[in-house]
Amino acid sequence: MTKVIKLRKGLDVNLKGKPAEEIAQVKCPGEYALVPDDFTGMKPKVVVREGDEVLVGDALFVDKLHPEVKFTSPVSGVVSLVERGDRRKLLSVRVKCDDKQNAREFNVKQDVKALLLESGLFGFFRSRPYDVVANPEDKPKAIFVSAFNSMPLSQNFEFVLKGQEREFQAGISALAKLCKVHLGVSAKQTSKALLEAKDCEVTVFDGPAPAGNVGVQINHVSPINKGEVVWTLGAEEVIFVGRLMLTGKVDFTRTVALAGSEVKAPCYCKMKVGQQLTTLLEGQIKETDHHVRVINGNVMTGLKTTKDGFLGAHKTEVNVIPEGDDNAEMLGWIMPRFNEFSTSRSYCSWLFGRKKEYTLDARIKGGERRMIMSGEYDRVFPMNIFAGYLIKAIITGDIDRQEALGIYEVAPEDFAIAEFVDSSKLELQRIVREGLDILRKENE
Amino acid sequence: MKALRNYLDKIKPNFEEGGKLHAFHSLFDGLETFAFVPRTTGRVGSVNIHDAIDSKRIMSFVVIALMPALLFGMYNVGYQNALAAGKLAEATCLGMFWYGALAVLPKIIVSYVVGLGIEFVVAQWKKEEIQEGFLVSGILIPMIVPVTTPLWVLAIAVAFSVILAKEIFGGTGMNIFNPALITRAFLFFSYPSVMTGDSTVWVSQQSILGFGFTAPEAYTAATPLGLSAGEGFAGFDCQTITNAITGLIPGSIGETSVIAIALGAILLLWTGVASWKTMLSVFVGGGLMGWLLQTLGLTEIEWWQHFVLGGFAFGAVFMATDPVTSARTECGKYVYGLLIGVVAVMVRILNPGYPEGMMLAILLMNLFAPLIDYCVVERNIAMRAKRAIKK
Repeated sequence: MTKVIKLRKGLDVNLKGKPAEEIAQVKCPGEYALVPDDFTGMKPKVVVREGDEVLVGDALFVDKLHPEVKFTSPVSGVVSLVERGDRRKLLSVRVKCDDKQNAREFNVKQDVKALLLESGLFGFFRSRPYDVVANPEDKPKAIFVSAFNSMPLSQNFEFVLKGQEREFQAGISALAKLCKVHLGVSAKQTSKALLEAKDCEVTVFDGPAPAGNVGVQINHVSPINKGEVVWTLGAEEVIFVGRLMLTGKVDFTRTVALAGSEVKAPCYCKMKVGQQLTTLLEGQIKETDHHVRVINGNVMTGLKTTKDGFLGAHKTEVNVIPEGDDNAEMLGWIMPRFNEFSTSRSYCSWLFGRKKEYTLDARIKGGERRMIMSGEYDRVFPMNIFAGYLIKAIITGDIDRQEALGIYEVAPEDFAIAEFVDSSKLELQRIVREGLDILRKENE
Repeated sequence: MKALRNYLDKIKPNFEEGGKLHAFHSLFDGLETFAFVPRTTGRVGSVNIHDAIDSKRIMSFVVIALMPALLFGMYNVGYQNALAAGKLAEATCLGMFWYGALAVLPKIIVSYVVGLGIEFVVAQWKKEEIQEGFLVSGILIPMIVPVTTPLWVLAIAVAFSVILAKEIFGGTGMNIFNPALITRAFLFFSYPSVMTGDSTVWVSQQSILGFGFTAPEAYTAATPLGLSAGEGFAGFDCQTITNAITGLIPGSIGETSVIAIALGAILLLWTGVASWKTMLSVFVGGGLMGWLLQTLGLTEIEWWQHFVLGGFAFGAVFMATDPVTSARTECGKYVYGLLIGVVAVMVRILNPGYPEGMMLAILLMNLFAPLIDYCVVERNIAMRAKRAIKK
């Protein structure tokens, strides 16, 4: 019998522009980029030069501290640019793809970890504490995979999984050779490939966002204590592993959800990691006089980018919403504002029920204040952690207290919903990221 | 609307760094964000959409919730004045309200001008946005003082509490004590004759701008609570309690009518601005303590009568629930509220010096709120530490 965990805390925001379950064709944009910043906590060292020819699966850069962790090219072609910024910081390595798409063959008979490291798939593993690229020398107590994303406008993994069930199971079985695997499934999912997955322990989670966050699932299944390490991997990345195990080649093709109120026809598209967004967005954004925001990733956790940005390594969506910086709204503090969503009953959204779809723009809709209201974060933070106190400990830089309050268990994305509802408009995800970075430096 | 927006955009550069009116930038920001929802959008790396709630909205709703009590308070000031003059039959409803409004408005103006003035200066100095916290304190303060409080005394008290109870701690959200109650405590201890003295302070006895009446000299009207602390007290009669519920008794401007306060409480609880946990437990604590002392034979006041007398209801609804100075953990709120109720009734009955204990109870528990939270949070920490050892 599968264990079911019911979560009461959280919030589902019903946004306009959910993706229809059909796959649209996207032209190959010609250029791909692998961005080191997508792999948090890693110091990149470039191993190619401009003009080099690469195959799918050839390393573009490696981690300076662990050179065995490679980050490999999603396409074959010629390295067109090694982009550097201030103080020669590596911003991206770009590859102009050819039409042959020759892939490097890997020996799948070798040790799984060595294979993952060699093929560049290990770079997709993240480790907690700190939510950074995993260290191959660590001995994790388990690998956690969440098979659903509960954030608004997110990818429906069950749809993505259709036709790839064999690869998914092969991926899970390969991970099980490293250590124990936990798979978190949503109560709404019915796919047999998920509920009856072998070589792993399946737990069903029933509740609003952020129930799909792997951090929330870890907290309820096997919380991280000081000194322990847990690895996490995205569900679609498990399919990458499966493809490698079955064919001996890497294939970083994702089924990305193109969603949001400013998209003409929200749908899914097959895209590779690092693919330029130009061809995806061509003709897809509604014509409007107002500014729009293209988000690399999810509306809650993704990064603002431009139309010629590149699909982030871990991103499963591209969302487009109004920017809102050209909106002159009068007397917001007292108007009824029927089109705005709020969890507070001082607005009217409670009147319209859960069915109404909202078009929200990127405005902060208030000024940044100190924490005034209490219990706001805890309402939407389904972990056994005092979120407000943890944030205060991070702001004040009190490392002992952060440890005591459970900073090792959290990642910035776990605070996304809390940041959304915060009336003091604090940038919780940024605060947590900076806190984790400082803590990691202190502990090393 | 558009014209105003364009005008603000046009003059905005003057208030920015290097502009000739930079010294007034916090004033400009304050007015601009008052008129229009700020247009700043989320930075890269933070959440891309936000809930429409902000602290301006929250504070506005507290002010709206205070309106029934304030308007009734104005009426009651006029009513008490007519009663004192013995001319209740001649007075009209509207006339009494106008009289009360004229008596109360100067206090509201003084409170806002002094408090907001200090806030603006501090915001300018610290290069911050104006904080909305004083919008609520500024209206609370006139409502919890006697109507005869001289304006200059009020101004000193407001300045004292904004600077010493709030700004030196770092402004709204960082203060330990409720600034409005500190104002009252300052008045209470520094100008006792203004606050209690003889029993003349609760009723305005001079006519203002031709409205109202001038009472015959030496009129005294004690509050029911004041009476209960006197000798030979043998319980309240039905009429006094009915008046206490409707609010037609002498007392601080906003605290008298339980009905008006209940209207505010409904709005605060419905919008979730105030915590029902705190509010409910204040009443439970007060009721329990009242019942205990009544059973022990120490008082003639029925346990439930405490709720309708003095500042108990006002304190429970608007003061104890201040999110900044109350307990912040959910379990802590129960303990915090319960102890406020207990201490308030204890001071009322066991301390003959102070007939009213709500202010002191809330201030005392403000001090203890962090300790209550500490115990709750420490339990979570201990659980985590234990888990780490057990593995």
